[in-house]
Amino acid sequence: MTSPAMAGKVVAVRDLQVAYAEDAPPVLDGVTLAVDRGDVTCIVGGSGCGKSTLLKAIIGLVPPRAGLVQLLGESLYELAEDNRDSLLQRVGVMFQYGAMLGSLTVGENVGLALQMHTSAEPGLVQDVVDAWLERVGLAGSANRMPSELSGGMRKRAALARAMALEPEILFCDEPGAGLDPITAAGIDRLLLTLNERQATTLIVVTHELLSIERLDGRLVMLDGGRVIYDGTAQEARVAARSDLELFFHPR
Amino acid sequence: MELTPVDATGRLRVSGVCTVATAPASTVRARRLLRDSGHTQIVVDLSGLTQLDTVGAVWLRRLPTLAPPRIRDVSLVDLPASLSAFASTVQGATAAPPRVAADPDPGFLDRIGERAYADVSAIMSFLYLASDLTWASVVALVRRRGIRPGAFIEQATLVGADGVAIVAVIMFLIGGVSTLQAAAQLRQFGANVLVADLLAIGITRELGPLMAAIMVAGRSGSSFAAEISTMKFTEELDALRTMALNPLHFVAVPKMWAMLLTVPMLTVMANFIGLAGGTATGVLSLDISPATFINRVQNALLLKDVITGLVKSFSFAWIITIVSVHRGLQFRGGAAGVGRATTAAVVSAIFSIIVLDLVWGLLFYLR
Ligand SMILES: Nc1ncnc2c1ncn2[C@@H]1O[C@H](COP(=O)(O)OP(=O)(O)OP(=O)(O)O)[C@@H](O)[C@H]1O
Ligand SMILES: [Mg+2]
Repeated sequence: MTSPAMAGKVVAVRDLQVAYAEDAPPVLDGVTLAVDRGDVTCIVGGSGCGKSTLLKAIIGLVPPRAGLVQLLGESLYELAEDNRDSLLQRVGVMFQYGAMLGSLTVGENVGLALQMHTSAEPGLVQDVVDAWLERVGLAGSANRMPSELSGGMRKRAALARAMALEPEILFCDEPGAGLDPITAAGIDRLLLTLNERQATTLIVVTHELLSIERLDGRLVMLDGGRVIYDGTAQEARVAARSDLELFFHPR
Repeated sequence: MELTPVDATGRLRVSGVCTVATAPASTVRARRLLRDSGHTQIVVDLSGLTQLDTVGAVWLRRLPTLAPPRIRDVSLVDLPASLSAFASTVQGATAAPPRVAADPDPGFLDRIGERAYADVSAIMSFLYLASDLTWASVVALVRRRGIRPGAFIEQATLVGADGVAIVAVIMFLIGGVSTLQAAAQLRQFGANVLVADLLAIGITRELGPLMAAIMVAGRSGSSFAAEISTMKFTEELDALRTMALNPLHFVAVPKMWAMLLTVPMLTVMANFIGLAGGTATGVLSLDISPATFINRVQNALLLKDVITGLVKSFSFAWIITIVSVHRGLQFRGGAAGVGRATTAAVVSAIFSIIVLDLVWGLLFYLR
């Protein structure tokens, strides 16, 4: 089943086609992408081009119409529920709008995966939660409800929640959107620290040029439902291509 | 905005301020001027325009559509250089792409077919949900994985404890009303004293379980549907999935437990309070002594009636949960969708309660 090119990749997507309704035109049409362990990948592209959809297809939320999706070497959509759950525990996801559980406090949200999937006692969960909240700059917010946070704070809390189980792959959908430049830079540094210390594979959707520069990884650009550029950010910057030119130097 | 009538050479002059404040009100006059001209080609002279905004520019672009069919060509010329920022809007360069051709109007049979298909798939998804949620609720009793500790207590408080006051008040009043109605009829036969028997039977068999369930459907069924549809809207259900938690089990199983436990408890209370309300009314308004009334109520109360009432209420709790979770999951589209899901949940839950009640009635009392 796995071709040699796909072996050893933490994320492997081939000829992926995704549509939201049976009779709708596909949002993604022929995306191929493979990510190595420990890499930093930025996914960019115009608003509405399907970046969030690609993330959702990779993490098992939007079944593909055609094509192959493998996460950590397994075909997520074909696994039994128990196996899928243990696979998903090795993955962290930060949604574009946070998706914090509105009925739980910020602390309960961040600690949920630890509480549900490990035998950590409440005191330990509490302390880990506090540590993560501090790292995303939300120290002392554990007992607030998500609805009491600002949009940017909610996303940072969501980032803390995504990292709580020390995932092998971290998917972030626009981590810097809605944040001031200083906090955004702090988040990028935090992501890089994770990447260096724990070899966490990062797959980040972002629009911020500064963020792309700071993360300094591989750049994948989507347009019209396919990958139109796949290479390093520096090469993209100097590539003589009008579509990239417009992205990096909009007039 | 000034519109001068079409002159001999077929020129229509538009001058002055053409903005959101002036343009919409000039449509009628523009249409009249175009109709009254005898030309087949009109040139609209824009050179006198002093001010324009997007509404004004789009209004100008639409001038040709105001012309009668006799006029074959309406062209806009001489937009002042100072307004050139609007040139592309005036010329229609930003016109929307043509809409995708809609399906030709489906025939009658097609529509029936589509409707039937939608209904059948809704029923299938309901049955699937019913079996999945029921099975999960049973399994989770022994294997708690995926259920958050404390969720059950929270839900039981919301459904049960918080509903006590309103159910009590309503049942007290219902008990009273039933007694008065029964008395009005039975008095004609001099059988006033049978009011107590009727009350005991009516409350324990029907009104207690039914009213408790209807109140719970209105209070908790609606909130389940609202909560779940909102969670779908805000991607919270997706987030649970990626945290390796089954959203249905995590969210709905504690609700199911809470309902199955507290609705029968509310029903027991509803029975007591209903009887109390009826007894109070009976004693105060009919001349029956308290001792006689209570005595007759006690004699008329059958264990069978109380127990069938509880069995019913258990089934009502089950159906309310499934219907409202199903309605929440069916949610589509925005805040209005949450409202629709909530309304649909209450209506469907009450409907299912009544149907189930009829089924139980046939089973228990048809001889
Ligand atoms: N739940 C949905 N149902 C139907 N269509 C959807 C749904 N979610 C997204 N789409 C459509 O899929 C396309 C891609 O959406 P997606 O959210 O993936 O874009 P994106 O690249 O993440 O955009 P942005 O940068 O604005 O977040 C859009 O055209 C959108 O209309
Ligand atoms: Mg997006």
